[in-house]
Amino acid sequence: MKSEYDVLIIGGGPGGALAAKTCAEKGLSVCIVEKRPAIGTPVRCAEGIGEDLIGEFFDKIDPKWISAKIKGAKLISPDGSSFYLNPEMAGNEVGYVLDRKFFDRDLVWQAVEAGAECYVKARAVDAILENGVVKGAVIEHFGILKDVRASIVIAADGVESKFAKYCGIDTTVPLRELETCAQYLMTDIDIEPGITAFYVGREICPEGYIWIFPKGDRTANVGIGISGTQSKDGSRAKDYLDKFVSRNFPEGKIIELIVGGVSVCEPLECTVADNLIIVGDAARLSDPITGGGIYNAMYTGRLAGQVAAESIRSGDCSKKALMKYETTWRSSKMGKALDRNYQIKEIFVKLSDKQLDSILTSVSNIVMKDFSTLTLIKEIIKLNPKLIKELSGLRKYFE
Amino acid sequence: MIKVRREVCGYCGACVSVCPEGAIELIDAYLSVDNENCKLCKICVRVCPLGALEVSDEE
Ligand SMILES: Cc1cc2nc3c(=O)[nH]c(=O)nc-3n(C[C@H](O)[C@H](O)[C@H](O)COP(=O)(O)OP(=O)(O)OC[C@H]3O[C@@H](n4cnc5c(N)ncnc54)[C@H](O)[C@@H]3O)c2cc1C
Ligand code: SF4
Ligand code: SF4
Repeated sequence: MKSEYDVLIIGGGPGGALAAKTCAEKGLSVCIVEKRPAIGTPVRCAEGIGEDLIGEFFDKIDPKWISAKIKGAKLISPDGSSFYLNPEMAGNEVGYVLDRKFFDRDLVWQAVEAGAECYVKARAVDAILENGVVKGAVIEHFGILKDVRASIVIAADGVESKFAKYCGIDTTVPLRELETCAQYLMTDIDIEPGITAFYVGREICPEGYIWIFPKGDRTANVGIGISGTQSKDGSRAKDYLDKFVSRNFPEGKIIELIVGGVSVCEPLECTVADNLIIVGDAARLSDPITGGGIYNAMYTGRLAGQVAAESIRSGDCSKKALMKYETTWRSSKMGKALDRNYQIKEIFVKLSDKQLDSILTSVSNIVMKDFSTLTLIKEIIKLNPKLIKELSGLRKYFE
Repeated sequence: MIKVRREVCGYCGACVSVCPEGAIELIDAYLSVDNENCKLCKICVRVCPLGALEVSDEE
């Protein structure tokens, strides 16, 4: 590890990897520090991603990244009735369940191939600050502390998001907006191949949802997220999951336990500072409705790399120069979806099971033009004009 | 003080993200709480998906 780089990246998840790859391709000297001993493990994810979203980054999808191809989704309402969401082009792929152990590793591998350096067991323990401005990070690498300076630091340290804290930016997620999650990788269970299933309802998963994401033949990620404020002794995420599993898959075998937190709050007020860019989960950019954040991390990672390269070339890495990153993602499709989905989430978490039942009944027969939460929400709002007064307040987001 | 039940913790970092004091640190599979900076708000105790954190009287 050198003591100086153009760009230092904290965290080797999808956000950090795309940032590093982009910087390296633009000819910058760049280094990723990842505190874990291995990239991509343990997995903290249900691994679902839309086909169009992942397609934005690659001409060719490596088959080993994909555990299962997804052709449709099924929603199960609190009263137990279920509905299929069928894409207009039935039979086509709408998404994938990834194998992130391979996927995340390959993303970093691509960055390294492009010329980035990567160190594992290398943890940022503090920021180097001069007159309140970030100049690099103190890295603990196999127990040895080292100052690493950089023109720009990209904080891609995921849900923990401590690096920005070291720089004086409050990244704390409010308890009610942290979905606390537990997931089993299960085998020997009866699932519908190619169909992702989503269960909602206050009784089985308050202010969250249960998912079944197929990983292959008779095997799936079965998980739950509930709001932090709903989590108490005896009714934690794992307790709800165990209840669900014993009711639905009593014979299933659990071969992996995954736990984690997903933020469903608004993004950080500002995701740049002098010499600092914050990307992905660290910037609180996971989707407030679905909790999905792989794409958002990759998108903002790549954008951060582009803006970093421009700023370094022009010799100005001030907050003002880096604001281009902030304004670009906020006005992007992703940024607008985050804003809209946050407002929608705020309404949905308050719905009773009865209201959820009737909403889901209303969309039971729709055929979706394109397969996305956005299209689904649009339909819900169209079909339930009077059902919930508040929903009409959302109309402006769709005009 | 906040005590980590290491036999239960799944080292996921959910508690780290909600601690207002930045008092929790996760290194691989080892979670530690800096009890000097902890304000005993118990938010971390609430959020843990496994129930691995508890308030203890021990010093
Ligand atoms: C249970 C669960 C299910 C999910 N399901 C989905 C899903 O189906 N689809 C989807 O799109 N998203 C899902 N997500 C969200 C998704 O996992 C994240 O949004 C995504 O991983 C964010 O990428 P990232 O690069 O920002 O952060 P991460 O992938 O979290 O990477 C951050 C990296 O930084 C490292 N790091 C942290 N601190 C330091 C430090 N101080 N020094 C060095 N390294 C550090 C970490 O070890 C980690 O490797 C899920 C999340 C959870 C918890
Ligand atoms: S939230 Fe619980 S399981 Fe996760 S790291 Fe904290 S104590 Fe461990
Ligand atoms: S009790 Fe509060 S301050 Fe103390 S470690 Fe937990 S969340 Fe942080």
